[in-house]
Amino acid sequence: MPEDVKPAVSIEFREVTKQYPGAAEPAVDKLSLEVGAGEICVLVGPSGCGKTTAMRMCNRLIDITSGDILIDGASVTQRSPAELRREIGYAIQQIGLFPHLTVAENVATVPKLLKWSKDRIRQRVDELLELISLDPAEVRDRYPAQLSGGQRQRVGVARALAVDPPVLLMDEPFGAIDPINRERLQNEFLRLQAKLSKTVVFVTHDIDEAIKMGDKIAVLKKGGHLAQYAAPAEMLSRPADKFVEQFVGADRALKRLALQRVRDVDLWKVGTATVGDLVGQVRAGMEDSDLDIALLVDDEGRPQRWLYDRDLQTDRVQANAGAAAKPLIDLDDIMRDALGDLLSVESRYAPVVDAKGVFAGVLSMDIIAHALNLPADQARSSSELIVE
Amino acid sequence: MNAVVLAQLGNDFFQKRTGAGCVQSQGFCPSWIADHINEYWGPLGEHVFLTLVSLAIGFGIAFTLAILAHKRRWLTGPITAVTGALYTIPSVAAFFLLLPITGRGNLTAIVALTTYTLLILFRNITTGLRNVPVDAVDAARGMGLTDNQILRQVELPLALPEILAGVRIAFTTTVGLATLAFFAGGGGLGEQIYSEKAGTGGIFFKSNVVVAGGLAILLAAVGDLIILAGQRIALPWRRVGNA
Repeated sequence: MPEDVKPAVSIEFREVTKQYPGAAEPAVDKLSLEVGAGEICVLVGPSGCGKTTAMRMCNRLIDITSGDILIDGASVTQRSPAELRREIGYAIQQIGLFPHLTVAENVATVPKLLKWSKDRIRQRVDELLELISLDPAEVRDRYPAQLSGGQRQRVGVARALAVDPPVLLMDEPFGAIDPINRERLQNEFLRLQAKLSKTVVFVTHDIDEAIKMGDKIAVLKKGGHLAQYAAPAEMLSRPADKFVEQFVGADRALKRLALQRVRDVDLWKVGTATVGDLVGQVRAGMEDSDLDIALLVDDEGRPQRWLYDRDLQTDRVQANAGAAAKPLIDLDDIMRDALGDLLSVESRYAPVVDAKGVFAGVLSMDIIAHALNLPADQARSSSELIVE
Repeated sequence: MNAVVLAQLGNDFFQKRTGAGCVQSQGFCPSWIADHINEYWGPLGEHVFLTLVSLAIGFGIAFTLAILAHKRRWLTGPITAVTGALYTIPSVAAFFLLLPITGRGNLTAIVALTTYTLLILFRNITTGLRNVPVDAVDAARGMGLTDNQILRQVELPLALPEILAGVRIAFTTTVGLATLAFFAGGGGLGEQIYSEKAGTGGIFFKSNVVVAGGLAILLAAVGDLIILAGQRIALPWRRVGNA
């Protein structure tokens, strides 16, 4: 971690318009939105919606035609472009690592511009490489061509973070990565963000990525019109118009499940039993349970088997009575994954366990169906979900 | 074939290659070459001088023009047209055209040779700059490098392989063209090849042509290898494969 963590800053778009000479319509039309300090704001929309243009106006790679962008309350138009850009981290889809420079030299680009001492640069480079889980000794002197796609992407992020800028601009940073590695990089970045609290403007065309990465999502229509600006859960439950509704997809209810954890919902209760318990007691314990069955647990309270009425005809509970209680769902599982687990074994319910494997309740299809209608303010954002 | 005839032929061959008869019949005579090789070092030195000086000046001019054209794209067409037109002037004609202006001697030769390097060098430098990945330039700009810093730290280093490829072609071409420099009184190996006054028997004496021509070819090859070696040392990133 950098020893001098700078406080996060806000970004404000004020009626920002970009009109290219000769174009009939503006690329971005009177875009107004505010990105809170330390938030990830995802600009999402179909191609040609002006999302990249909007992002590139933040560090003046594209000049603003009218309106203004304020970073920490100060207009970007008042700053010299080169100076402004050195204070804003910049990571793009093709990464743009310099192929003729080593990983260390790439990461050191902005520190060198700011004339840091050699020692300070070396120290910072190693610190950053560790931050993005690369071994400095191993990759420091490699050239970009010697890295995997995922490693290159990480180095791109490290380079953007080199001088600990309060603001990060990311243009489809995970776009060129295969789905498995993309997921991993997204999680890594969210974990990083939980530590660093940068104010991030993140561009993507992928609504799932937007839902996953965004504290707030700005859906843009063609011509840079803001269709909706809201937190992911809010957008999924209350799309502002037909366009947003279509853009977030017909499965938006399912997508919302990705924003909830099992521990966020009220689980069902069932009576529990251990081997050798008196059946009478077990039956008494089933009185106020939500299911007409009991769960056999071991001595540590870990779920073993479901006990049905026919399994409770003896005096005492038998060791191999009933049916295996599967799948086991974790309290920290995301609801969408839990639903997947249920569907994969064609079960209507499954026992939920805590981190130690101790039984915590039962998750059922009915609970999930109910959770689909959960009000937006009770859902979480992904960045909260990802932090362990 | 008859063994006697064969022996006779071998004898003839050997006689022609060694004795005074060989020189008289303007043949290829190893012993003559061994005796006269020292007469070629001076012209070879002149040849190297002409080539390097022309190449250096040509590079300076082409590089300046290429940087200009890189900043003002519309200049690329006109500059290519002019250097291209210069390139098409027959070389001997160029030497004679320049004589009234620059007089006999090195200057004329160098002016002409320099002119011929311009098109190759200009085209390779501009192509190299144009082929720099746009993402690298965009990332550099986004990180706050100024235009000049981008040029020096990103574009030129990335264009270097193509620039050096241009230098190699220009060097080899100039070594070849410099053999004509003697028309302008510039000396070099061409003087040995063409001029009987050089005391070597001129263009009809095979021994002379082989030595002088061979030295020119050797010069081109050695120079090419030196640039290639320099390129490998200077561009370590070009040697790494894709992971």
